[in-house]
Amino acid sequence: MTRPTTIERKLTTGNEAIAEGAIQAGCRFYAGYPITPQNELCEYMARHMPEVGGTFIQSESEIAAINMVFGAAVAGARAMTSSSSPGISLKQEGISYIAACELPAVISNMMRGGPGLGNVWPAQSDYFQATKGGGHGDYHLIVLAPATVQEAFDMTKEAFDLADRYRNPVMILGDGILGQMMESFEMKPAKTRQPSRKKDYILDGCKGRKPRVIQSLFLEEGMLERLNDKLQAKYRRIERELVRYEELNTNDADLILVAYGSSSRIARAVMRDARVKGLKIGFFRPMTLWPFPTEAMRKLAKPKRAFLVIEMSAGQMVEDVRLSIEGRAPVYFYGRSGGGIPSEEAVFAEVRKALKKARSKVK
Amino acid sequence: MAIKQKTIDEQIIVAGFGGQGVMLLGKIIAQAGMLSGLDVTWIPKYGAEVRGGTAHCMVRVSNLEIASPLVDFPNSLIVMNKLSMDKFERLLRKGGIMIVNSSLVDSRATRSDIRSYYVPANRIASEIGDVRGANMVALGAYLKARPFLKIEKIVEALRDILPSYHHKYIPLNEKALSEGARLVEGRS
Amino acid sequence: MKKIFSYPKSLKPAETHYCAGCGHGIIHRIIAEVIDEMGLRENTVAVAPVGCAVVAYDYFNFDMTESAHGRAPAVATGIRRTLPDRLVFTYQGDGDLAAIGTAEIIHAANRGEKISVIFVNNAVYGMTNGQMAPTTLLSQKTETTPLGRDAERDGYPLKITEMLASLPGVKFLARKSTHSPQEIAKAKQAIRDAFKIQRAGLGFSMVEILSACPTCWGLSPKESLDWIKNRMVPYYPLGRIKEPESELAET
Repeated sequence: MTRPTTIERKLTTGNEAIAEGAIQAGCRFYAGYPITPQNELCEYMARHMPEVGGTFIQSESEIAAINMVFGAAVAGARAMTSSSSPGISLKQEGISYIAACELPAVISNMMRGGPGLGNVWPAQSDYFQATKGGGHGDYHLIVLAPATVQEAFDMTKEAFDLADRYRNPVMILGDGILGQMMESFEMKPAKTRQPSRKKDYILDGCKGRKPRVIQSLFLEEGMLERLNDKLQAKYRRIERELVRYEELNTNDADLILVAYGSSSRIARAVMRDARVKGLKIGFFRPMTLWPFPTEAMRKLAKPKRAFLVIEMSAGQMVEDVRLSIEGRAPVYFYGRSGGGIPSEEAVFAEVRKALKKARSKVK
Repeated sequence: MAIKQKTIDEQIIVAGFGGQGVMLLGKIIAQAGMLSGLDVTWIPKYGAEVRGGTAHCMVRVSNLEIASPLVDFPNSLIVMNKLSMDKFERLLRKGGIMIVNSSLVDSRATRSDIRSYYVPANRIASEIGDVRGANMVALGAYLKARPFLKIEKIVEALRDILPSYHHKYIPLNEKALSEGARLVEGRS
Repeated sequence: MKKIFSYPKSLKPAETHYCAGCGHGIIHRIIAEVIDEMGLRENTVAVAPVGCAVVAYDYFNFDMTESAHGRAPAVATGIRRTLPDRLVFTYQGDGDLAAIGTAEIIHAANRGEKISVIFVNNAVYGMTNGQMAPTTLLSQKTETTPLGRDAERDGYPLKITEMLASLPGVKFLARKSTHSPQEIAKAKQAIRDAFKIQRAGLGFSMVEILSACPTCWGLSPKESLDWIKNRMVPYYPLGRIKEPESELAET
C-alpha cells in the first residue's frame, strides 16, 4: 500500500489496514509470531516497517513478542504485537505486566474458533478474556471492536493515542472475518502521529536526571494496594471518557439487536430487512467493549421492549448486556461458536421468536 | 456498467479447487467494483490446505452500503469444478446465474429456476496459451451475463492487483476475458 | 587522606537484602565499577530478572526495568532495538535464564542481539528457598532433590554457556567465578569485554558467573567459596569460551 497524499479509496484486508494504520500512527516497533487468520498483518509489517526506519521482529514465541513490546514501550517507542486467540492466551502474562507498569502498547487479536487449538475460522469467543482482564490481577485493557475495514484502520490509529493518553494497553478485537476480508475504505493522507505529551516515565539513560525504575513488584505493606487504587481510578476515568457505541432505529423498537464486530454486520442486515418487512427492530453496537456502554444500554431498557444479543460465541457479551439492563427488559441470545457464523436467515428467525416470547411476557 | 439509478446488489460466490485462481477472480471483481465507485467486500474461505483443497470466496458489490460481507444465498455463482457446483447450486437465489466451467464439470444444472452458462474455461484458456487463464474466461462469461462492470475497469483492476512482474500477462488475460464473453453472446 | 574505597556511582548507597556470603553483592559491585569506568552510567538501561536479584533496581543507580520470569532477553531486545546507542544488559539467575527463559536466551543470542547478559549461576533456586535449578549438580541436595539430584530422574546440570557457543550471533562468552579476589578481578574484566563487544555493535555477549548461596547450600560463607572451587568449577570450567579473533586482552 502506498501512503496517499490525497484521500484515496483502497481495497484491502482488515489485517493490512490495521498494520498500515499502526505505521501511520507512528508505531515503530512490531514483534509477532505467525498464526492464522492474522498472518497478513505480520507480513505487512515485515515489508513496510523497514521503510519508515522501524523495527520488525519475528519472535520465537508469542510470549517473547509481548515482552519485546514491553521493552520497546519501556524505551519510549510506539509498539505493537498481534495474534489470534491461542497466541493471545500466551501473551496474557506480558499484558498483565504492561498494564501493571502502566505502559502504552497496542495488541491486535483476530479471534478464531476455540477452545484449545480450535480452528482457523472466525469467532468472538475471547470477549471474556479481552474485557475482564485476561491475565492475573485486577486490570483492564481498553478494547476497541471495529466492524469494518475502515474502522480497523481508523481505530488502530486512535488506539496508539489512547494507549499513550492513558498509559494502558489497548486491544483491537476483531475476528477472522474482519482480518481476512477485503473491503473498500478511505485512506486519508498519512500524517505520522506522535504522542502529544512528552513521556516522562521511559527509560533512555539517566542523563541529567535521577534514574528511573519501571516495576510492578511492591512488597512493602500497602504499596501494591495503592497501585491498584491508582489503576482503578484510571479505569473509572476511562469509563467516563471513552465509551463508544452506535445506535440505529432504537426509538420505536420493540426489539433491539445487540452485536459487535463482524456479527454486528449480520445483525445490521437483519435489522434493515426487518424494517422493510414492517417489524420495529432496532440496532445497538458497542464499539468499545471495555469500557462497555452500560449507561446507554440501560437507558434503552424500557417496558415492552426486548433485546436480542447476537454473537459468534456461546454467549459472552450477553452477560454485560444483562448486567447493564439489570432485569428491566428481557434479554435473549443467539450465537454460533467454533467457527460457525450466524446466517441472516437464522438471526431473522430468532428475531421472530424473540418478539413472540417478549409479547407473551408482556401479557 | 455502474448505473447509479438502478440498485446494484451483486452477491457472488466463486468456487473451485485451490490453485484455480478463484480468490484472484473474486478480488478482481471487488477491485473493479471499487474503481467503479461501488461499495465492495471480499471474503476468502479456504479448505484445509491452501492448494488442492476446495476454496471459495464471497464477493459483494453494491451501490448501497453493504451491511454483511457474507453471502448466504448468492445471486451469481461461478463454479470451476464439480464439487463446487454440487455444494453451491442449491444456494443460488431464484433467477440467479451460474457460470459452470464445463471443462471440469460434466453434469448439467439440476435447477430450472436459474440461468446456467456452460463455459469450457480450461480448454479455451489452454487454446489461448495458458490454462491458468481459465478463471479469466469464466469472468468474461460472467460479466457478459451480468454486465454491471465495464471491462476497462476489470483491466484496470488487473493492473492494480497483479504484481508488476505479472503485468506482461495482462493482454493474455484480456483475450481470455473476451473469449469468455463471446461464449455467452446471444445466449441466456 | 585519600579516599581509596567508596560506592561506585552506579550503585545506590543502599543496604542490600542479600544474605551474608551471597555472591550477588559482589557481582553488582563489579558491574557498577565497569559502568563507572566506561563512563556509561547515564547511557545504560538494564533489565532485572525474577529471582533473588528481582529488586536489583533498588541497588543499581541507573535506569532499570523489571521483567517477567525468564523474559529479560526479550525485554532487552525491545529496549536495545529502540535505543541502539544505549548500553543494555540483563541480570539473570539460573532459573530465570536456564529454565523458564530458555527460549528467550537462545533466540536473543541467535539473533545476535546487541545486548549483554550477566548470568549468575549458584546451582539453586535461592528466592524460593532452595529448590533444584537446571544447573544443580548431580547428587547435590536441594529442597526438591532431598536425596540429591539424580540424572535418571532429574536430568543433568545444564551448561547453557557451552550450548550458546555454537551460535554465530554470539560474539563473546565467558564463565568466571567469585570464589577468590583474583577470580573476581577476572570476572570484572570479562564484564568489561562483554560491554565492549556490545558497544562495538558486534553481537550478543554473555558472562556466566559462579556465585555462592550459603543459605540454600547450608554452608558457611567460607565453605561456600570452597564448594564453588571444588564442586562447581570442575563441572563448569572457567575461562573465555568464545571471543572475537582480535583479542580482548585479559588482565
